[in-house]
Amino acid sequence: MNLTPPQRPSTDELRLLADTGRWNVISTVAASKAGHIGGPLSAMDLLVALYFGQLRIDPAQPRHPERDRFILSKGHNAIALYTVLAQRGYFPESELASFDHGDSRLQGHPDMKLTPGVDASTGSLGQGLSAGAGMALGAKRRGLDAHTWVMLGDGELGEGMVWETVLSAPRFGLDNLTAIVDVNGLQQYGWPAGESDRFDRSEPLGHVDLGAVFTGFGWTVHDIDGHDFTAIFDAFDAAEAARNHAGRPSVILARTAKGRGVSFTEGTYTWHNGVATEEQLRTAKAELLEKGEVR
Amino acid sequence: MTAQRKVWGDTLLELTREDDRVVVLDADLATSTMAVTVAEGNPEAFIQVGIAEQNLVGMAFGLSTMGYRPWLSTFGVFLTHRALDQIRMLVSQTGAPVRIAAAYAGLLNGSSGKTHQDIEDLAIMRAMPGMTVLAPADEHEARAITRWAAEHDGPVYIRYARDAVAPVFDADYVFHPGAVHRLRDGGGDVTLVSTGVQSSRVVEAAELLAARGVDARVVHVPSLKPVDGDALLAAISGVGTVVTVEDHSVINGLGGLVAELIAERGDPDAPRLHRVGLADGWSESAPNAFLLDRYGLSAERVAEQVLEALGHSPSPSATVTVTAPGGTVG
Repeated sequence: MNLTPPQRPSTDELRLLADTGRWNVISTVAASKAGHIGGPLSAMDLLVALYFGQLRIDPAQPRHPERDRFILSKGHNAIALYTVLAQRGYFPESELASFDHGDSRLQGHPDMKLTPGVDASTGSLGQGLSAGAGMALGAKRRGLDAHTWVMLGDGELGEGMVWETVLSAPRFGLDNLTAIVDVNGLQQYGWPAGESDRFDRSEPLGHVDLGAVFTGFGWTVHDIDGHDFTAIFDAFDAAEAARNHAGRPSVILARTAKGRGVSFTEGTYTWHNGVATEEQLRTAKAELLEKGEVR
Repeated sequence: MTAQRKVWGDTLLELTREDDRVVVLDADLATSTMAVTVAEGNPEAFIQVGIAEQNLVGMAFGLSTMGYRPWLSTFGVFLTHRALDQIRMLVSQTGAPVRIAAAYAGLLNGSSGKTHQDIEDLAIMRAMPGMTVLAPADEHEARAITRWAAEHDGPVYIRYARDAVAPVFDADYVFHPGAVHRLRDGGGDVTLVSTGVQSSRVVEAAELLAARGVDARVVHVPSLKPVDGDALLAAISGVGTVVTVEDHSVINGLGGLVAELIAERGDPDAPRLHRVGLADGWSESAPNAFLLDRYGLSAERVAEQVLEALGHSPSPSATVTVTAPGGTVG
């Protein structure tokens, strides 16, 4: 069968999916007593948009050869990917409860050998874009129309290997490759800002003109609000339109907020990872599931 | 005599012509590794990645998920060290059919010195779960192993030597993973165990020993992993002294493998083991003959160390005066 793009849900439907996903993240991590929060929450809108509005995939055939590929290069955000894969039907949402437990298909970092829908094993930062470049090159050589999407963190751009791929991907004409950088402006610890430090941390790439850097390496850049579904889909559409035409890969610099959507996690590096207390869980649930619009 | 790297390039070209899934990714060393043979003979199968070994491994993994059977072309030292993390997560942990062709393996790499001499690769790759680790002795075994690896459904690490050695096998040699080979029978006095191209020099050492009245058996281990432990133990049994000889650190390579097997067997009559190879130190840049002599791997120096291990007093004809940092570690 031919894979077709999904019918895009409404913005309200996408918000509901994303907020449910955020609740799944925070509650699952609390239950397993270990895991990441800030990155999964900043990336959630992008992941929901990809899986429900963009990728040509079939959860019933996770290995369909013509499918679009997605690699979560920032693999420590696995729980965000798992909740979206579950919502999309790759496995039951009840399986999220097994996250990080023994004998689970849902490992602390994505394992392509175990989890349906995971296209590449990740966890050691910096490797996903290169793997995606190999997939995109393979698709071109095979004459497949598949698109490969890779999500990186902005902190992850500190890994040198990323730039080996950024340098070489345009040479291969990989216009079927799109990098999405979740620019949430914080990493696990980061750089203390001295007296002005608001118990947060300065942006890891605050001194870098990322758009100019990627443009200089030969990529097409889309700089967007990573929580605005209209902007997200505009960028996705532009990246897709480039396939087989542009001769160069695309990068979406998605400006997001770390810990997005929950009052006590948003905008702070201290919730890079963490286990919510019962009271915090009640707060998060109220903000995500019971109040409707929280923004 | 033909160098293993030439055999690899020639065989790889054949493989790419037989199967369009076979590709080689190069990190700008094709004219050294001899992947240039593919670049010129079948350009479609040659992918230049540039001087970026980590990306080399990552893209090979990505291609493998699209149905390709990629080979890597660069010096082994840059794969087992600079790209180790990529091999670990994207190749070993996924079982990807990526063939890691470690060119210029071991000590002898054209006078490049310690930066380029990979004397830890066997230790590193042997510890890598699911990795097949192979070190062919000569041109014939290199060809057979290349062809075997092309068919294998999983990651393979192969040592290819830069320079030719005297062959120890015939052209009709067939490779079986895990098998060990007696290159020289007899061995009333000592068993010499070796791997890779060093085995050729060890055969020569056994002849020198014979001239001095010492009867040595020579066992070649091309397959560090998997290895037929029972066959290897049987091959070294019945002799009081075993000397392992390798173009590698004495730590956790062939000597380590044999030590593990002997220790696990717990046989009170187990042979005494001596390990010859690079001791816990770095080498230097020099012509091959100098390095083999200095680091105890020439036929003459191997023979001397065997005589020492057997308790023979130094031969009056021995003229080697260099105190080697390499050599037997008791």
